[in-house]
Amino acid sequence: MTDILMPALSPTMEEGTLAKWTVKVGDAIKAGDVIAEIETDKATMEVEAVDDGVMAEILVPAGTEAVKVNAVIARLQADGEASLSKGAALPVASDAIVPATKPAPNLTPAQAPAPALVAAAKSPAGGARIFASPLAKRLAAAKGVALANLTGTGPHGRIIAADVEAAKAGVAAPRATPAAVVSATPAPPRQVQSLEQMGIAPGSYDLVPLDGMRKTIARRMTDSFRDIPHFPLTMDLEIDRLLEARARINTALEARKIKVSVNDILIKAAAAALKVVPEANASYTPEGIALHHHADVAVAVAIDGGLITPIIRAAENRSLADISVVMKDLAERARSRKLKPDEFQGGTFSLSNLGMFGIKSFASIINEPQGCILSIGAGEKRPVVRGDALAVATVMTVTLTCDHRVVDGAIGSRWLAAFKGFVEDPVTLLA
Amino acid sequence: MALDFDLIVIGSGPGGYVAAIRAAQLGLKTAIVERENLGGICLNWGCIPTKALLKSAEVYEKLGHLDDYGLSAEKRGFDFAKVVARSRGVAKQLNGGVGFLMKKNKIEVIEGAAGLEKGNPAPKVVVDLKAGGTRTVQAKSVILATGARAKIIPAIGLAPDGERIWTYREAMTASTMPASLLVIGSGAIGIEFASFYRALGADVTVIEAMDRILPVEDGEVSAAAQKAFEKRGLKFRVGAKVTKLAKTGSGVSLTLEAGGTSETLSAERAIVAVGIEGNVEGLGLEALGVKLDRGHITTDDHGGTGIPGLFAIGDVAGPPWLAHKASHEGIHCVEHIAGRAPVKIKSPIPGCTYAQPQVASVGLTEQAAKAQGRAVKIGRFPFRVNGKAIASGEVEGFVKTLYDAETGALVGAHLIGAEVTEMIQGFVLAMTLEATEAEVMATVFPHPTMSEAMHEATLDAYGQVIHI
Repeated sequence: MTDILMPALSPTMEEGTLAKWTVKVGDAIKAGDVIAEIETDKATMEVEAVDDGVMAEILVPAGTEAVKVNAVIARLQADGEASLSKGAALPVASDAIVPATKPAPNLTPAQAPAPALVAAAKSPAGGARIFASPLAKRLAAAKGVALANLTGTGPHGRIIAADVEAAKAGVAAPRATPAAVVSATPAPPRQVQSLEQMGIAPGSYDLVPLDGMRKTIARRMTDSFRDIPHFPLTMDLEIDRLLEARARINTALEARKIKVSVNDILIKAAAAALKVVPEANASYTPEGIALHHHADVAVAVAIDGGLITPIIRAAENRSLADISVVMKDLAERARSRKLKPDEFQGGTFSLSNLGMFGIKSFASIINEPQGCILSIGAGEKRPVVRGDALAVATVMTVTLTCDHRVVDGAIGSRWLAAFKGFVEDPVTLLA
Repeated sequence: MALDFDLIVIGSGPGGYVAAIRAAQLGLKTAIVERENLGGICLNWGCIPTKALLKSAEVYEKLGHLDDYGLSAEKRGFDFAKVVARSRGVAKQLNGGVGFLMKKNKIEVIEGAAGLEKGNPAPKVVVDLKAGGTRTVQAKSVILATGARAKIIPAIGLAPDGERIWTYREAMTASTMPASLLVIGSGAIGIEFASFYRALGADVTVIEAMDRILPVEDGEVSAAAQKAFEKRGLKFRVGAKVTKLAKTGSGVSLTLEAGGTSETLSAERAIVAVGIEGNVEGLGLEALGVKLDRGHITTDDHGGTGIPGLFAIGDVAGPPWLAHKASHEGIHCVEHIAGRAPVKIKSPIPGCTYAQPQVASVGLTEQAAKAQGRAVKIGRFPFRVNGKAIASGEVEGFVKTLYDAETGALVGAHLIGAEVTEMIQGFVLAMTLEATEAEVMATVFPHPTMSEAMHEATLDAYGQVIHI
């Protein structure tokens, strides 16, 4: 019998929601077959079988949230292995629950009854069972380290004493991102009063369960806003020439059925400005400031239930037509949650545009570990002063939020000046 | 040059042949080079044949106590040549077993002495074939598992001549039983031979340079072992520095210094068991720039030598010089090579000495814990109050446990007594699983067994012992 483990779909993934099984017990499976769908932090991914065999047991029912990476989710019986006598020989371990009825595929997690029972029986935290050695459990209790935050390095991902020691000492942190290093030595959790304690009557609201994306947004934004010394720099840009250029470009591209958006040009301009001011294309690390070789521009895309930031890699080297095509594809797949982790993790600069909602200006929260994020407001006709005369121009207000540990005011200002130059005279993008 | 194999293992001892089988299981095309006998020292000249000799000695000793059990027999006796022949037969059987395992796993056995030359992606292996000629083979990875041999110190005469001054090798294939014997070194090898020859009636004196015998063991175990051996007529000189070992007309003469005075001992034969040194010569390691430390290859956490594609495991990679440590490292190293993430190599390594009585231990001694400044809770339980031990007439010895005073982690266990080498794995398993005193206490030990003393020694560490 082969254990099928909850896969880590990205280096930083710790848990995910087992959204759906696409096979059932008794199905014959070949290596490479899709057997389940997993909803991670920000995407839905398909899980492929590694071995051939027959699906013998499904241990984690569809819809179970917060399944730890490396937890056993199913068992595969190799070809030729003695088969279990039907029903009678299923394991009776209390954490090996097989759903009595197959949940409807579109049942939302909160409605699925089986996982809730499992969680209540095994773990008050609501997650899958955490495997840890007796000594690791005792050390964790003594030092106040939460086992749920650790990634085990023992057999089958079991948490061993060394993992607890490492977390305690703040070295070899279980997760690699800077945000994770911070949370590996957790500050005492903020005391949050319940809604009831704060005067909101029970029953007066609906509770939407936190999905993986919502939890990730909450955690990453809280960490970033609390831990990064950030400041905004705001500038007005005139975009009449940009709009004119866009019209001409789109006429030229009509035959290829490509339509470049204002945002596509801003991505290109941002990347070009990052090449002019490379100090703004930077990340703070304890070892030093990382100056990135490429402008990998992450673009915030609003999707159902949250947002995601697919990345235009090496945007400085791409043509506008290319950026437009790639962005369209990424945005579409983002909305259907089909992005691969490497398509939304690892950008060096972010861009968020709320212009279409009529927002005039706003300051985004830094997307760690990036040094800057640019917030773009609506382009609108405004009165401007030319010489001593009043004129009308199409103006857009942009705000650059900077991580002061790497991007000081002067650097941010130089970047904005470079960006303004490209936007207000788009021909210079060709230089 | 095309690659002949994925992996070549040099040396077919318990490190090498186990590594080769694991590699074959993982789908690596594997070859193993052996210059002498499949199975290495362990199977042919070490662990296994000595256990055969010691079993003969144990049965013979038991026959001397038949009356204790209400039994009698005519005339106890032995045929030394048959005792040795049985031991050789056991070795031969297992040697054939390794050959079968190689064939079953489709591992090519190359008979000859291997040397290394610069190569890519791993050093080339040039084998001086037993059948004559040479064969050069190239693999992705090479594991050195060449083992070790008895250390000799010719300057003071501690060099075997194969006739009167022996290493383990001659000591286990002697043609006649010596009437008197000097054993230099009281580690496991020295003590096992001393115990064997003493049981058959030789006059045996063991000389140890440290201040106690079995110096790697816990101090209490060393003391109890010396007492038990002396009861059987073994003689000891501890804290004794050998200044000269020389051949005389009929045997050997040994001069030692202890406590400022000099003494000369004589006997028919002497066994040199003062340590082990790695088989690092003739492999071409210098030319490759392989780093050595006191006669052993320096390796990283996965057996890597720092030379691309070249790994080393087992005795040649340093102490403890134990077969099971070599096998464990071999499997770890192969899984690493195959791209698996092996479980940490740092599993606790038990040590066993198969004398009468037996000694077995794992983890820290009380002395080592103290030296580390680690506070420990210590429990002890003697076999003389254990029901099964009394019923068996084997009440010598005790179990001693050490638990970390702060965390309750089992950090060491030390046993002396009958069959304790078969019991120690219980503590090894507990340590590997990172058990604390709570899990050991909650474990049900079957009654009546000598293993109940393991439970009691744990209870004793926490003031909860039942049967004292």
